[in-house]
Amino acid sequence: MEARPRPFWPPFAAGVALGLVLLFSFIITGHGLGASGFFARLAAWLSSLLAADWAQQNSYLAPYLRGNPLGAWISWEIVGVILGGFLGAAAAGRFRLGIEHGPRISSGSRLGFALLGGVLTGFGARLAQGCTSGIGLSGSAALAVAGFVFLAGFFLAGFITSAFTRRLWQ
Amino acid sequence: MNLPLYDNGLLSGLLIGLLFGYVLEGAGFGSPRRLTGQFFLKDWSVFKVMFTAVIVAAFGLWLFETLGWIAPRSYFVPTLLLYGTIGGGLLIGVGFMLGGYCPGTSAVGFASGRMDALVFMIGMVAGSALFAAMFDDIRAWALETAGPSGWTLPQLTGLPALVIIFVLTVIAFLGWKLGTALERRFGGPYTAEQVLSEMTEPERKPETAVDQRIQPAE
Repeated sequence: MEARPRPFWPPFAAGVALGLVLLFSFIITGHGLGASGFFARLAAWLSSLLAADWAQQNSYLAPYLRGNPLGAWISWEIVGVILGGFLGAAAAGRFRLGIEHGPRISSGSRLGFALLGGVLTGFGARLAQGCTSGIGLSGSAALAVAGFVFLAGFFLAGFITSAFTRRLWQ
Repeated sequence: MNLPLYDNGLLSGLLIGLLFGYVLEGAGFGSPRRLTGQFFLKDWSVFKVMFTAVIVAAFGLWLFETLGWIAPRSYFVPTLLLYGTIGGGLLIGVGFMLGGYCPGTSAVGFASGRMDALVFMIGMVAGSALFAAMFDDIRAWALETAGPSGWTLPQLTGLPALVIIFVLTVIAFLGWKLGTALERRFGGPYTAEQVLSEMTEPERKPETAVDQRIQPAE
């Protein structure tokens, strides 16, 4: 039997903690937090294995392939994120192997929408040259215009799409 | 002081990632229902946590610069892309509502056992490869920038950073109050117990009416 999970942190405490981690990242590395860059590097690495000629000639992937595409700070950071997320979940009794979705859709459709959402997100993150972490959070903390424009787009699209995706989650 | 350290090595990445993942998980951001609950106005954690973090980090950077601990503009500030920044934000907003995550939170969802997050991550790799395949056709407009490199709100508005941070704090405070009121009205925010008890777990079949009728023989 699983123990009762401990509650999530209050949002103010989580927000202050996240802000301090973000500040720490700026002071140590000279930049904020990120995530999507790792998945672009993973795409470059997998392409070099599965379609080496195409990847080497692709003008977006070729620069990543000059060295080891995964040998970058952001790769170690994502390994750390997975470790930290696992440790936090395990310590608080919140680790569950499974699939999360609303009660009105099947696990199979949930996985289909997860794949589709992932594809749009992966494409969008390359278009913006960053994601919610790299541009939205870190860019806004640096008071970048790009950070706030990104968040405006993200929140606008999120609210509009919520009208069509209620069945997935609620 | 010689800050930032510009340490982009393995230990720096692992340590900062570990803290980042631990905090995101604690905030409940491994749960796609909690994350997407923002746009059903039921769970305002995304707004509350993100805005608080932005203000804390922005104030910290201002303080470090003012005290002379870090040089002005010594850290990375992203450049506004004319179409890319807004287009990417829109696509990631749609992807978030369909898939339940953004890139960083999908790593935390996966780390806390969610297979839907793993599928989302596979989708992101495919989406990145798709962008690469289309890059030559879209690069001309995708890379077009707007404004100066690393354009900031103080440069745009002519206001000092501290005034911008103060305005952001007022917006966050008002949004927080509104969010808490709406959370109450719509029965949120999600608790850890709720999202975890409603997950579909692989080894466990959903209980049916028949199962419930079977009583232990005593």
